[in-house]
Amino acid sequence: MIVPTLLAKTAEPSHVGDSFVVEREHLEQLLQALVSRGYEVVGPTLRDGAIVYDHLTSTADLPSGWTDEQSGGTYRLKRRQDQALFGYAVGPHSWKKFLCPPLQRLWQAARNGKGLRILPEEERAAPKYAFFGVRACELNAIAIQDKVFLEGQFVDPGYKARREDLSVVAVNCGRAGGTCFCASMNAGPKAASGFDLALTELLQDGRHYFLVELGSTRGAEILSRVPHQPANEADKQHAERILDHTTRHMGRQLETLGIKELLYRNYEHPRWDNVTQRCLTCANCTIVCPTCFCTTVEDVTDLTGEHAERWRRWDSCFTVDFSYIHGGSVRASPRSRYRQWMTHKLATWIDQFGVSGCVGCGRCITWCPVGIDITVEAGAIRASDSIKAPADQSEDSP
Amino acid sequence: MVPMLEQTEVVTAGLVPDPMLPLPYRIQRVKQETADTFTLEILPEDSSQRFSFAPGQFNMLYVFGVGEVPISISSDPGNVPLLKHTTRVVGTVTKAMRQLKRGEVMGIRGPFGSHWPVEEATGRDVVIVAGGIGLAPLRPALYRLMAERDKFRRIVLLYGTRTPEDMLYRHELERWRGKFDLEIQVTVDRAASNWRGNVGVVTTMIGRAPFDPSNTLAMLCGPEIMMRFTVMELLKRGVAAERVYLSAERNMKCGIGFCGHCQYGPTFVCKDGPVFALPSIAAILGKSEI
Repeated sequence: MIVPTLLAKTAEPSHVGDSFVVEREHLEQLLQALVSRGYEVVGPTLRDGAIVYDHLTSTADLPSGWTDEQSGGTYRLKRRQDQALFGYAVGPHSWKKFLCPPLQRLWQAARNGKGLRILPEEERAAPKYAFFGVRACELNAIAIQDKVFLEGQFVDPGYKARREDLSVVAVNCGRAGGTCFCASMNAGPKAASGFDLALTELLQDGRHYFLVELGSTRGAEILSRVPHQPANEADKQHAERILDHTTRHMGRQLETLGIKELLYRNYEHPRWDNVTQRCLTCANCTIVCPTCFCTTVEDVTDLTGEHAERWRRWDSCFTVDFSYIHGGSVRASPRSRYRQWMTHKLATWIDQFGVSGCVGCGRCITWCPVGIDITVEAGAIRASDSIKAPADQSEDSP
Repeated sequence: MVPMLEQTEVVTAGLVPDPMLPLPYRIQRVKQETADTFTLEILPEDSSQRFSFAPGQFNMLYVFGVGEVPISISSDPGNVPLLKHTTRVVGTVTKAMRQLKRGEVMGIRGPFGSHWPVEEATGRDVVIVAGGIGLAPLRPALYRLMAERDKFRRIVLLYGTRTPEDMLYRHELERWRGKFDLEIQVTVDRAASNWRGNVGVVTTMIGRAPFDPSNTLAMLCGPEIMMRFTVMELLKRGVAAERVYLSAERNMKCGIGFCGHCQYGPTFVCKDGPVFALPSIAAILGKSEI
């Protein structure tokens, strides 16, 4: 057993991309280093029979020794043989609930005689979040939502404030869940960027420790408060073997080659009728999806009628109201609503934002009450592609 | 004369720090246009408020405590900051909007979206095809065309409504037609026996309308089915697809690309539209429930 060396600071200046080793018993200090820097630390914890994201006060709040079993429409917690802290896949929550809250007041208004006064939300200090235990697929999902709220012509000021202050401790997945397919989407299982620190949890011969990769100078500052030592080749190889294993044991696969063109030429594929026989249009898939960003607004007044507010809340393209214009809904049939969602995720998203809207986290499969599986549906369309692609695949537009 | 605006010049992001915050505008006049349409004329409460828009763009109109809807601007872009919005009474918000009185204040966000390519029409014949309330988003383009009449060749407006009584801006159309440099043809779906004009769908007028297809720019706004058949007729006459522009309509909650409601295939109508060049939506035009 290697006795960890206590280091107040690394002997040599550390660089982004450098790897270190932190023992399990010192992970608490890492979390507390975030707390002492004023972060509200949120991360995975057990609640209501699931692993959800919530406030963490210490590493004791992490789901130590738990794992999950996931398949279409099924999520079950199970005990592990060890005390791993991150030995499970993603649960029903995603980090979007912190960056793009499900319910948010945008402004208030007061009637002022015949006039009208709009009162912006006071500049409350946006919570300074540290996300503890972000998976690679979820880092990709955050980067995708950034494109929506920060990188277009208009910027969402609330999202921007929360996003700018964010600190991220990522976790590379030591185990793929039953509905995971991040490897197909090139979105995991190893965190590539967008983190301050990335952990790989290692359990070997009674030793429980973490390989820690530096992702930023802020990450280096945080790590400097924690006993650590440079990682040796054996540690790095151990972590690599684990990630290789995860990559090779994805619960699901999705072929993405030419998927945009595939779906664009299959708007009328009979598979859409088939899936409609099962889809309840319940919107679960959109709510658990870490990239789905659609919202609606609600205008409310108090009893006097002198005070009004506008609220923004998550919405779903599976509702009939979503596409309502005078005279009716554009997408009145469940068939068209499922087609809209899946075509958006896997095809139109690419035209809109330059990336797929799917990161392969598998939540939509697990949390679908009837177990509809996006990888199966896309695969079924590919297997009976109604219009064969022309030999020349250079065409880029629909 | 107001110079032509390129799309990048009408971005409001720099002027309004939070693009979700409406600005107060006071109602100057509520004008009943037809049995179910009316026009709101409004001015900004803050007279220092700068506002410019390009023909075809829209605003989000907020009625206190009721809600917000996207409405195209239908006034003269050379006569800002006065804004006119013509709309039909169809839902909760537009019903409440119709009840507003002169002197009351409403909220405005905008202008948003793409615009009619008036500049691109220079040196060409211009064919404008409108169906019903679809004339409202096209009126700013007509103002612009008429203001710089010499820059364009023939200008043809083909306008279809349900009945003669549903015709929008009738006095203005008659005045324009009286200038003899604007060809206006109107058709109605049905009419009483005292109507001497055309009866039938607007697409039937395209075959014999006076324009040179090889050098024509077309702007279309109306029900999707009307635009689809109009496109077919225009292409049949030989108008180039890339010189056909259409204005699309979808549900919108934000107008700025955040809410996702206005998706139309790979586009967001609020920011890629509402005005589209035909080739960018040709693959989905006419497909149901997209």
